Amino acid sequence: MSPDAIVESARPELETAARKAEARRGFFIALPAWAYLMVFFLVPLVIVFVYSFATRSSTGRTVLEGWNLDSYRRLFDPLVFDIFRRSFVLALITTVICLAVSYPFAYYIATRGPRVRNVLLVLVMIPFWSNFLVRTYAWKVLLGSDGPLSQLAQAMGGEPIRLLFTNTAVLIGLVYGFLPFMVLPLYAALERMDWSLVEAARDLYASGWQAFRRVTWPLSRPGVIAGSILVFIPALGAYVTPAILGGATDVLIGDYIVSQFLAARNQPFGAALSFGIMVVMLAGTVIYFRSGAKNA
Amino acid sequence: MRVAVEMQDVSKAFGDVHAVNDLNLAIEDGEFFSLLGPSGCGKTTTLRMIAGFEFPTSGSLKIHGVEMGLLPPNKRPVNTVFQSYALFPHMNVAENVGFGLRMKDVGKTEAEQRVKRALDMVQLSDRAEASSSQLSGGQQQRVALARALVNEPEVLLLDEPLGALDLKLRQAMQVELKVLQERVGITFIYVTHDQEEALTMSDRIGVMSGGRLLQVGTPEEIYERPSSRFVADFIGEINLLPASVVDHHSVRLLGGLVVKAETGAAAGQDVTMAVRPERLELYGPSEHIPDGLNRVEGSVIRRIYYGDVFYYEVDTPAGVVEVKEENRPGVELFHTADRVVVGWDQAATIVVAN
Repeated sequence: MSPDAIVESARPELETAARKAEARRGFFIALPAWAYLMVFFLVPLVIVFVYSFATRSSTGRTVLEGWNLDSYRRLFDPLVFDIFRRSFVLALITTVICLAVSYPFAYYIATRGPRVRNVLLVLVMIPFWSNFLVRTYAWKVLLGSDGPLSQLAQAMGGEPIRLLFTNTAVLIGLVYGFLPFMVLPLYAALERMDWSLVEAARDLYASGWQAFRRVTWPLSRPGVIAGSILVFIPALGAYVTPAILGGATDVLIGDYIVSQFLAARNQPFGAALSFGIMVVMLAGTVIYFRSGAKNA
Repeated sequence: MRVAVEMQDVSKAFGDVHAVNDLNLAIEDGEFFSLLGPSGCGKTTTLRMIAGFEFPTSGSLKIHGVEMGLLPPNKRPVNTVFQSYALFPHMNVAENVGFGLRMKDVGKTEAEQRVKRALDMVQLSDRAEASSSQLSGGQQQRVALARALVNEPEVLLLDEPLGALDLKLRQAMQVELKVLQERVGITFIYVTHDQEEALTMSDRIGVMSGGRLLQVGTPEEIYERPSSRFVADFIGEINLLPASVVDHHSVRLLGGLVVKAETGAAAGQDVTMAVRPERLELYGPSEHIPDGLNRVEGSVIRRIYYGDVFYYEVDTPAGVVEVKEENRPGVELFHTADRVVVGWDQAATIVVAN
């Protein structure tokens, strides 16, 4: 028997064994993450899911019997729908503004030399070094009617600026908070760009704008999609920013869910709201990814 | 002949780095012109200036008599085949080829016909719907070529287009490119560091080094009559022997041997005598050597078998020389330590300044 033939005959078992060993290794590497997600993500999710079918007693306690769909039915209440629509529009505007601001900036970073690039990236991440709550309170001071913005307007002979406790203030806060989540994926996409493709487009009679529209933009689509999802989803369910900068009248979905769990003591409805928003986000994300995959 | 590209005193500096210095060059219509040189010699920068990706720091660059100045690439009558091909990954082959026509607002029917013709020309009609990532390197290269040629540019710029292909394919594409160029009659400006590519394809070659154009000429002129030590050394293989000028017709080699050569330099000047290995002939000590040949005695250090040729290294008083002998039946073989005479024709002797 030649050595080749020996290797040939031994191959199937060896390959199966190697594949099994590889799978085992993969399992052990992923085990901590697995365990963590099971305990702290899946279990609470199941609890919320179960609660959403439960009944609220007259005293505000959750009774784990008499399973029903009442809470889900309430999701289609015009009042709830209104809150949801308002949150959706605000998250959408936040995403669009973040994209409009971040794209040129990410483009600028990606086209700098390595040193300037690193400095700019650190600048993008600096806000993460301090607490989000503290930073949002800082915005409260900035936007307040006796804050620096307002004082400047008054010094120039204008009216005091009344931004705080409006949806505009919430929007400013959200854009500020989520900007890095848009900049970083866009930067990653643009940094990977093969710039000779842009040169090729220019060489083939495309103007600067046409080269951007036909080559740079479609090739940076994965970054646009990732960034938009990273901004839109947390913006839709945002709680801290609207709670601090927003007004009492224009309730948003995050705030509303919290109020169901705390003030209204209606845990089944709060749970149903949470699940409703999850389903909508999941569906939206899938559609968005699909459309992006087709066009990119 | 009309001049396709004319460069006068063109220089390009990137900060303190002078990539191109005082380049003067006129490339004629319909010519296959190669810019040849080692990496960093300024050949790619020169090409990029013609394309409009870089602008000269000083000097004038004209295409068919029109000053290009700061005209952007999309306003120039040239197209480029990029080293990396730069095919758009989000478009299929036909869309890639049709991109330039689309940007120029060529009508849909005409554009489709021209794309089809261009793909026929590079024998890829059956891959029109394929995405560029599904193509082999050679096919991508041909798509890049079709994408440029479909626009019927006045000048086609090629930046080492065969660099990424393997040897066999590269050699096949060399012939294909040359045939294509003759058929379409467009001026090709071809940048390469591969001297064989330049020699086999070009009508004329410009050899560059350190941002300067050292010599411009036909492949024969460049190979047979290099004007400088650098060009002699860069193109092909060559023996370079230190020498000093005796008079207009002879130089003295190390060891005191005087050989015949056209010098054109002042007596006593230190120069380099250059001669190609294939122009040298080996003779046995008792063999008759034709009259009039330059000759130098030596002994064989080693013989290397290359299949089609033998390489001999011969130790002579003038220095170690390489001799290339064809592997023909009946050719006399020499062995290590054999005494030999190296002979060569005066016409094959090149004298260049140091």
